[in-house]
Amino acid sequence: MTCRDLTDFLAAYVDRDLSSDVQTAFERHLALCANCRRFLQQYEQTVASGRSALGHDDDAPVPEELVRAILSSIRSGE
Amino acid sequence: MAATGNETLGDDPALVAGLRAGDGQTFDTLIRQHGGRLLSVARRILGNDDEAREAVHEAFVAAYRARQQFHADARISTWLHRIAVNAALMRLRSRKRRAEESIDGLLPAFRADGHHAEQFASWEEPVDVALGRRETAAFVREAIDRLPESYRVVLLLRDIDGLSTEEAAKMLEITPNAVKIRLHRARMALRTLLAPRFARGPQ
Repeated sequence: MTCRDLTDFLAAYVDRDLSSDVQTAFERHLALCANCRRFLQQYEQTVASGRSALGHDDDAPVPEELVRAILSSIRSGE
Repeated sequence: MAATGNETLGDDPALVAGLRAGDGQTFDTLIRQHGGRLLSVARRILGNDDEAREAVHEAFVAAYRARQQFHADARISTWLHRIAVNAALMRLRSRKRRAEESIDGLLPAFRADGHHAEQFASWEEPVDVALGRRETAAFVREAIDRLPESYRVVLLLRDIDGLSTEEAAKMLEITPNAVKIRLHRARMALRTLLAPRFARGPQ
């Protein structure tokens, strides 16, 4: 397995979705290639950083005028 | 199987009954309970507050119209989330299509023998520590906004909103395999955009 092959299998590896043969080859390459280990680690950190940066901005209350506008649309829609 | 975790418990039956009956007070409650989260979801997809408000408005009207189709075995929060994502995606599709920038320049390059062309610098500190700082979180958000739209949206639906590959494929009207490919490329492109911030020393 080359670095290019490993990169193709990265998402499936992270999802634990590789067949055992491919997983073995993947991990063998990883054990020998520091550059791919860094790439894998940064790939996982990228996913985590997106979640962390965007996943917790849910607290703002709904503007009162939007609540009223939606309720008014719903009432007039009937 | 017994319901044990919170996520397996249903919604308040009175709320479900009110939703299905189209009760105004119930909708008032639902808008206040879920509207903030749905505004965030729509804002991430559309990139601006005004359109996000429009999309959430449309989503609640659509939910009201589809209220009889809500089944008590689903969760109201999940159901409303899907409707809001759909409303935001419909707005996105209706925008004038601009030619999308290629993502290729942000993907890793390889030498002829299959090795990475680039030596990756280590990232200097645990990313979760760095993200504790407000400006780092803002940098990540801006980097996501810089991804080409068809990749950015897949990343949002899969990695941030937690939709399955199949759900995202259905909403985007593409194949599950296309979702997987776009997600993988979006993550790799985002890694490239984050690297200057997180890398130790010059790359």
